[in-house]
Amino acid sequence: MMAEFGHFTLILALMMALIQGTLPLIGASRNIKSWMLSGLYAGRAQFLFLSLSFGSLICCFIQNDFSVLYVAEHSNSDLPLYYRIAATWGAHEGSMLLWATILAFWTLMVSSIQGSLSLDFHARVMGIMGLISLGMGLFVLLTSNPFTRLVPVPLDGHDLNPLLQDFGMTIHPPMLYMGYVGLSVVFSFAIAALLGNHLDSAWARWSRPWTLIAWIFLTFGITLGSWWAYYELGWGGWWFWDPVENASFMPWLVSTALLHSLAATEKRGAFKAWTVLLAIFAFSLSLLGTFLVRSGVLTSVHAFASDPTRGSFILVLLGLVVGGSLTIYALRAPKIREISEYALVSRESLLLVNNVLLVSAAASILLGTLYPLVLDALKLGKISVGAPYFTSVFAPLMAPVFLLAGVATLVGWREASLSKLLRQLRYLGPTCLILGIALTAVFWQVDDLKTLSGLTMGIWLVATSLLSLWNRIRLRKRFVEGLLAQSTSFLGMTTAHIGIAVFLIGVVISNGYSQESVVRLAIGDSTDLAGYTFTFRGIEDVVGPNYKAKEATFTVTRGSSEEAVLRTEKRIYKVQRNNMTEAAISPGLTRDLYVALGDPIDQQTWSVRVYYKPFVRLIWLGGLIMMAGGFLSVIDKRYRLSHLIRSVSKTQTLQSPPRHS
Amino acid sequence: MKIRFLIPLAVFLVMTAFLAIGLKLDPREVPSPLIGKEAPKFSLTDVMDASKAMSTYDLKGDAVLVNVWASWCVSCRQEHPILIDLAKRGEVTIYGINYKDTREEAQKWLRSYGNPYHSSAFDPNGHTGIDWGVYGVPETFVLDKQGVIRHKHTGPLTQAVIEDELLPIIRKLRGEP
Repeated sequence: MMAEFGHFTLILALMMALIQGTLPLIGASRNIKSWMLSGLYAGRAQFLFLSLSFGSLICCFIQNDFSVLYVAEHSNSDLPLYYRIAATWGAHEGSMLLWATILAFWTLMVSSIQGSLSLDFHARVMGIMGLISLGMGLFVLLTSNPFTRLVPVPLDGHDLNPLLQDFGMTIHPPMLYMGYVGLSVVFSFAIAALLGNHLDSAWARWSRPWTLIAWIFLTFGITLGSWWAYYELGWGGWWFWDPVENASFMPWLVSTALLHSLAATEKRGAFKAWTVLLAIFAFSLSLLGTFLVRSGVLTSVHAFASDPTRGSFILVLLGLVVGGSLTIYALRAPKIREISEYALVSRESLLLVNNVLLVSAAASILLGTLYPLVLDALKLGKISVGAPYFTSVFAPLMAPVFLLAGVATLVGWREASLSKLLRQLRYLGPTCLILGIALTAVFWQVDDLKTLSGLTMGIWLVATSLLSLWNRIRLRKRFVEGLLAQSTSFLGMTTAHIGIAVFLIGVVISNGYSQESVVRLAIGDSTDLAGYTFTFRGIEDVVGPNYKAKEATFTVTRGSSEEAVLRTEKRIYKVQRNNMTEAAISPGLTRDLYVALGDPIDQQTWSVRVYYKPFVRLIWLGGLIMMAGGFLSVIDKRYRLSHLIRSVSKTQTLQSPPRHS
Repeated sequence: MKIRFLIPLAVFLVMTAFLAIGLKLDPREVPSPLIGKEAPKFSLTDVMDASKAMSTYDLKGDAVLVNVWASWCVSCRQEHPILIDLAKRGEVTIYGINYKDTREEAQKWLRSYGNPYHSSAFDPNGHTGIDWGVYGVPETFVLDKQGVIRHKHTGPLTQAVIEDELLPIIRKLRGEP
């Protein structure tokens, strides 16, 4: 029954999306108030039905209903309850339903927060979101229905992929989707603004918090994914330039660019046409990512099952959404009036540089990801593009971003004095360089230019960000008073920039000075790595709910002090007969000690991989600090509803239709 | 209407066309021209030892596997334990072609994860890979006693591929003169 209920509510949700995607748009163009309002209610109803639908799929998993094909393929009665629930989005059908449900959640949010948006604008936003929901709903229903029954009913299920039976992996997809789909809001705002000629600073101000929230989720999702790859795959790596990873990274880069150009649009009315285009790009790349991951046009370690009908369907959807929006852009953008003027040395210019670099980085990743496909299509041969391409293209594009991010905050809008800027930085620059050289020389090798430049850039970014904060604080008499006087969005920006620096420092040091070794160890043996002694204490059998494992215990000592006791497992999952290594990690801010059990050589001897990873935590810590910065910005007074209503009503055009209350 | 605002649309349309063609192509599909032909000749050095030569001549005499790999290739790590397993069983000799890699990285990789290869040819600029029609690492070729390519698998090996696809062919080729 549960599956039929889920199927039925999914169809009802689709009906609601149909209403939401048509009536409000027609209503807005013909000024029919009731039609415009219908979108708000249809959107809320859509959320209700989709949550019921998703909820009933979860119930199917909880109840071990193996008569549902999707449950039978991805769950098992021995699977712990927590993972049974998470298995709901553990494969294609369920994760697409999650996508649709999250879109409905964002729809609900947008429908509830009207503030001072004019009714026709709000109706158009709802309409655009409704059309996207309609496309996704049809996709789920026609090509990826998770509620299909299976006859005859198997006794037990095929179990969830062991790689996904992990805490990080259960929350990674929802977070990433919140980000992906969250970008649909700012996309819909942009298209609605194009349709209704509403491209003003109010539109930019409304778009910013939505973009920020989506960006926070995206940052969190990517950070989680990278952390998961690090500890779960057992290779000690944290980023592989895999097509699926690239698919999440491109929207992140473009939405980061969008955040910055929105700032210029809101504050100065600059780059309007460009900002709209970025909003379209950001969501288009999310959709493209979904296409790449789900269609199987590219091979990837994530190796999702591919299905040509699904691929064609998403491609058509992609064509309609992106092609449609770019057509609207081509028709409407020439009418946008760019009113701002700015000098060569100004924050606008620097934001433009930031945008060009970030978008070029995203484009180069897109190129690298699609290049094998393009060559193949042109019958020019088949190639694969690996990490060497990405690192050699990406690093030079990002270096100026790191150098300029902090400096840009020191430069005023419109026109700034270069000599004043240089005067501010004349001591700071050399100090950072000396500090970078000194730190590299003391802790690592001074002739290692990669570490030296990375570290110096990180220090420079922190220093310039803090200088900008200090410049503002010292306008007040007392430090605390000055700090409290700052807007949270300024503090947020400073925090996020520091987060990037922390990330960068983590990357250069862990890439440069990680050590690893693979050794054969018998019980009682020990091995030395980077000044630590790893001793193999013993091995025993462990039985988990749906796996059996060998658990090896290691103690790590440094000199005479014991640093950690590490327990690493080699698991065999009962159903899928997969071997999985559970690495054991002793985390620390300055170093991670990482042990992964390899294969048995004989009864007593095992091959063991040990890693020493200095400062690797900074990579994810940097991600979390960026998120915290985003969060600080989003709670800024400026974006609070009451404030938005007041400020927007001042700039709102007079002829907008009466507001719904 | 200004032309420059049409550029994004035009770029997107071109991209869509490629994606549409891409849908029809299977990235794992085997291009067949080399099958049944003698393996393209190469004369390279052993990746572990720059002074040791390795050429197509070494591959003749028995039915062998030739696995194309690189230290930067993620899927290669995925299939690596399976290759190690296969090498341990001793049923077939595995040769490697180390594709577009550096000697240092490749050696480090083999030391860290184990070396299933009898020997690996070092092909830093990928010329041999191009001759062999390699488009994505990893790829695995089955050669018969005369050094003729008889089968090709694209993408990471799995236990099932080895048991059901590669080993039966190898056993059959052993029976041939």
